[in-house]
Amino acid sequence: MSIVVRNLEKRFGDFVALDDVTLEIEEGSLTALLGPSGSGKSTLLRIIAGLERPDRGHVLISGADVTTLPPQKRGVGFVFQHYAAFKHMTVRENIAFGLTVRRRPKHEIRERVDRLIRLVQLEGMADRYPAQLSGGQRQRMALARALAPQPRVLLLDEPFGALDARVRRELRSWLRRLHEEVHVTTLFVTHDQAEAMELADKIALLNRGRLEQVGPPRELYERPRSAFVMRFLGDANVLDGGLVRPHDLEIGSQPRAGALEAMVARVVYLGFEVRLELIDGEGNPLSVQLTRDEAVGLDLEAGDIVYVRPREGAASVWQPGVGVGDEGSHGVG
Amino acid sequence: MRRYAPRLIAILYLVGILVGPLAVVVWRTFEKGVGPAWSALSDPQTIHAFELTLIITAVAVPVNTVFGVVCALAVVRRSLPGKGLLNAFVDLPLALSPVVVGLALYLLYGRNGWLGTWLENHGIRVLFALPSMVMATIFVSLPFVAREVVPILREIGDEQEQAARTLGAGSWQTFWRITLPSIRWAVVYGVILTTARSLGEYGAVAVVSGRLQGKTETATLRVQERYESLDVAGAYAISIALAAVAVLVLVTMTLVKPKEGGR
Repeated sequence: MSIVVRNLEKRFGDFVALDDVTLEIEEGSLTALLGPSGSGKSTLLRIIAGLERPDRGHVLISGADVTTLPPQKRGVGFVFQHYAAFKHMTVRENIAFGLTVRRRPKHEIRERVDRLIRLVQLEGMADRYPAQLSGGQRQRMALARALAPQPRVLLLDEPFGALDARVRRELRSWLRRLHEEVHVTTLFVTHDQAEAMELADKIALLNRGRLEQVGPPRELYERPRSAFVMRFLGDANVLDGGLVRPHDLEIGSQPRAGALEAMVARVVYLGFEVRLELIDGEGNPLSVQLTRDEAVGLDLEAGDIVYVRPREGAASVWQPGVGVGDEGSHGVG
Repeated sequence: MRRYAPRLIAILYLVGILVGPLAVVVWRTFEKGVGPAWSALSDPQTIHAFELTLIITAVAVPVNTVFGVVCALAVVRRSLPGKGLLNAFVDLPLALSPVVVGLALYLLYGRNGWLGTWLENHGIRVLFALPSMVMATIFVSLPFVAREVVPILREIGDEQEQAARTLGAGSWQTFWRITLPSIRWAVVYGVILTTARSLGEYGAVAVVSGRLQGKTETATLRVQERYESLDVAGAYAISIALAAVAVLVLVTMTLVKPKEGGR
């Protein structure tokens, strides 16, 4: 295991940021710490880096207990949301910083920095100052800077949070490729489930300072262990006291066993998919996602009566106290 | 016409308060040519007074620069108890009359003072000597570096410092390579203001120095002494020299400012 945290606890005054968090990160993996704001994900990352001290618990990096070590002795690379670029240094000096403070030989620094500049595609910008770079370029510089001293783990705190949507998408796939090339154990914080699903081998989902579920993105999506996980990773309908995804609902025009009667309120064509907005007998809204072909076959319009039921094998979570499922008894987010 | 009124008032005010008196001083100094002014400035006791002022400034400025930066770091970066109190105390010399400062030192180090007697028995002379004059000057010029640095430290935040730490820099390396370069212009301004204040200090030093001619008389005290000895030309000449230094300081500050896009 590359990073292990055990029974971490952290409070800020009365606020419980982390509550008994235990997590193991495999060597060479790309893991997302996902959760809403205030869930403790950044605090966890900062404790691993040594920028924050836990009230209780341990942090191990490559098997060594680093809980009491200051950040400069942990061998971590850290990338901040707002880049934390050294404004008075050029791109080259920024990237070289970790090597300069370790007093590496000059030629070695030059070689390594040149290689990193190529890796993060900042050729020709080596002598610019951060103020002369775009947000995306600054973040790539920050990434190269964090990689320069060859850290054992790379920690990224909402690395794309300050960038606009297009640059964010570009950088995401670029980071994925970079990880395949460099293969350093990487842990990144995000509140964006799509980003976590797209990038990560594994997602650790946090809620109010506790780990809700840890696993590959598909596992979290298809076998959510709580209503919170189900809701956080995608849209969900409340049906019969349980939660079902919009694309896991079957629509029929005739009454069927286990099907709920509902009225079509709106049909929205979104290109390759079609969203049906329904209202059931008690006035509760339901959202159903169909392929275009399915929608054309049913030929629905507002005011039609349809019968809805979950598809066979659909991922679902039952709310506590309702229904028969047992997996849902973890509480609602 | 109305929109020119504020400008006119400001100009008249400045002329009346600042430019007018200065112009009179210049005029009176050179009224009888450069000769009398020059002889007043080349008087050994005047030269000694300037030397003394420079020595005091040369001690007070570095001491207050180091203290100011440390103090600003403590106020902004550390969450120590009593930080608000420290912040308020830094401003005390701005609020307190220098004469009061001088008097406090006098009471502390005087012949019957708490520390004075003990120091006297050990052969260390503080009052009516350089140590007390340096202390008085340090006290009155203390806030300037801290006051300049605190807002800049707040503005730049601590992310760059944290980044430096994760990259392997210790606290000392982080300070020299990251913090100090980021606040250097604030430190420069603070140093300039501290210098100006130290050169011009009068009240506190007047109380503790004893004004011994050729011994504990600084340039500002010398002006007063010349004036009282009815050597008006001499007093004016020294004043002009002091004013020239002040103007030089202001010009330096203006010249230094625009480089590297501020800060």
